[in-house]
Amino acid sequence: MSKANQKGGQVISSAIRITGYSSILFVLLILFFLLREGLPALASTPLKSLFSVRWYPIEGYFGILPLILGSLLVTIAATLIALPFGIGSAVFLSEVAPPWLCDILKPIIEILAGIPSVVLGFIGILVFAPFIRRFLDIPTGLTAFTGAVLLGLISIPTIVSVAEDALNTVPNSYRQAALALGATEWQTIWNVTLPAAKSGVLTAVMLGIGRSMGETMAVMMVTGNAPVLPLQLNSLFRPVRTMTATIASEMGEVAAGSQHYEVLFFIGIVLFLLSLVINISASLVSTRSRGRAERLLS
Amino acid sequence: MRRFLILSIFVTVLLISGCNGQNTPSTETTPPASVEYIENKGSDTIVNLALAWAERYQTVKPEVRISVTGGGSGTGITALINGTVDIANASRQIKSEEQEAAKAAGYNPQEFVIARDAIAIIVHPSNPVDHLTLEQLSKIYKGEITNWSELGGEDREIVCLSRETNSGTHVYFLEAVVRMGSGEDKSIFTANALLLPSSEGIIAEVKDNPNAIGYDSLGYITDDVKLVAVSSLETPDMFILPSLETVNNNSYLISRNLYMYTLDVPTGAVKDYMDWILSAEAQQIVSELGFIPNIN
Repeated sequence: MSKANQKGGQVISSAIRITGYSSILFVLLILFFLLREGLPALASTPLKSLFSVRWYPIEGYFGILPLILGSLLVTIAATLIALPFGIGSAVFLSEVAPPWLCDILKPIIEILAGIPSVVLGFIGILVFAPFIRRFLDIPTGLTAFTGAVLLGLISIPTIVSVAEDALNTVPNSYRQAALALGATEWQTIWNVTLPAAKSGVLTAVMLGIGRSMGETMAVMMVTGNAPVLPLQLNSLFRPVRTMTATIASEMGEVAAGSQHYEVLFFIGIVLFLLSLVINISASLVSTRSRGRAERLLS
Repeated sequence: MRRFLILSIFVTVLLISGCNGQNTPSTETTPPASVEYIENKGSDTIVNLALAWAERYQTVKPEVRISVTGGGSGTGITALINGTVDIANASRQIKSEEQEAAKAAGYNPQEFVIARDAIAIIVHPSNPVDHLTLEQLSKIYKGEITNWSELGGEDREIVCLSRETNSGTHVYFLEAVVRMGSGEDKSIFTANALLLPSSEGIIAEVKDNPNAIGYDSLGYITDDVKLVAVSSLETPDMFILPSLETVNNNSYLISRNLYMYTLDVPTGAVKDYMDWILSAEAQQIVSELGFIPNIN
């Protein structure tokens, strides 16, 4: 009996181990596939034309610089919009709001997370873009800014839920100690609770950034997709084309193995590397700050 | 290429076996007629027309099931070359590279002109500009004219709208308007041109934005936007609005053929369907949808 149990336990634990390792396998396979399909682009397209400023693939212009900068512009703007809202809501939910209000707000934020991005794109194209055009008096409402606002909306729920979890793990004794020393509620939040939860909050922000950078549909619908180099002062209020929108709208048309196909996969590699950098820097920041916190406590 | 082929064969086999499994009971109830499937994919311009045809064909031959999807002319032709569809819809002719790819895959695509279409130039109803020469249009889309005041309109920046590059309409517009039909001209759209993923997106933006100019298939134009009359290079003073008559007598310049491509010389159900499409009954539906019938 106990032997059978032991055997069963071994089977289950090895099955669990396999599922754990499988994620490594999947990432490696994806990376391998991306590299195999995308790296030939470096051979077929000279670096000089790959990093030029004009993207018009059906006539052989493969400059991906406008696409990279377009993605960066939209992502950075979206993060700047989502950051105060996301962390503010997390702090409010975990530190300030009475429990009954939390019970109402949390499900609503989850609903926001569940809205398909294509629906937000629709609202963006029909309501928000015309509003932005009239309000700011710009030539068209299909701009990087419009995309950034939608992306902000999309990444806020991610930031709120992860940051709130991080704030909840801060021991209550920290807050009680701060309050006992005569700190106000705001001072406690700003100087004690938030710094203690710093690594979790940073992870939340990084996840939010990753979410915005990878989002495709909403961005494709509202940013106008013009492959302009966004280096002017007013570029935020002009159309841009992002890497994700480019891949999504052009992947269907290309013949497998053609130069255009390889360059699209190369864009995929660039996206992969960018999100890798974000993830690595997130984990570096969080482990470093945890190390410091542990030193302080000991 | 090869991998895709294997994959698509695999998927098709899965689909067929799946369909067989599901259909076993129904074939028992209706024994004689075996159901045939036709996969039809491609141009977003043609998709509504192809859907209308597929629906009507149900009443003509109920035993044939036709599934229609859009995605763009390039998408349809790529699917045809990959062998995943029986008929590809295209609003442009097949390119020589695509023809070669199909030959390499062992196919011999056949071309059918199934209708004609005019590309209408549209602006916001409040825009005072109501006619443009082909050269002016070309300059607008090349980014050489950037303000409506240069065309007798208000002092507003021009926002040019275009379909994505996988659209046959985009390619046609590039050749016929931006390059004004000249084969040597290698100019391309301005980087500032907005590339919108759908016809609806273009209509929605033009309807709302007084700065915008767009182009779209005549079949998609609604009353919320204003048509612009266009003149040809030869007769720059004669401005003509797109309509059934002006396309048929070739006086409206920006018009083109719409195509369907089959994998090989069609046989069986696909042949019957193609024959029916060119019949008077099916061509009647063409004009109902705002396109121009192919009278041969």
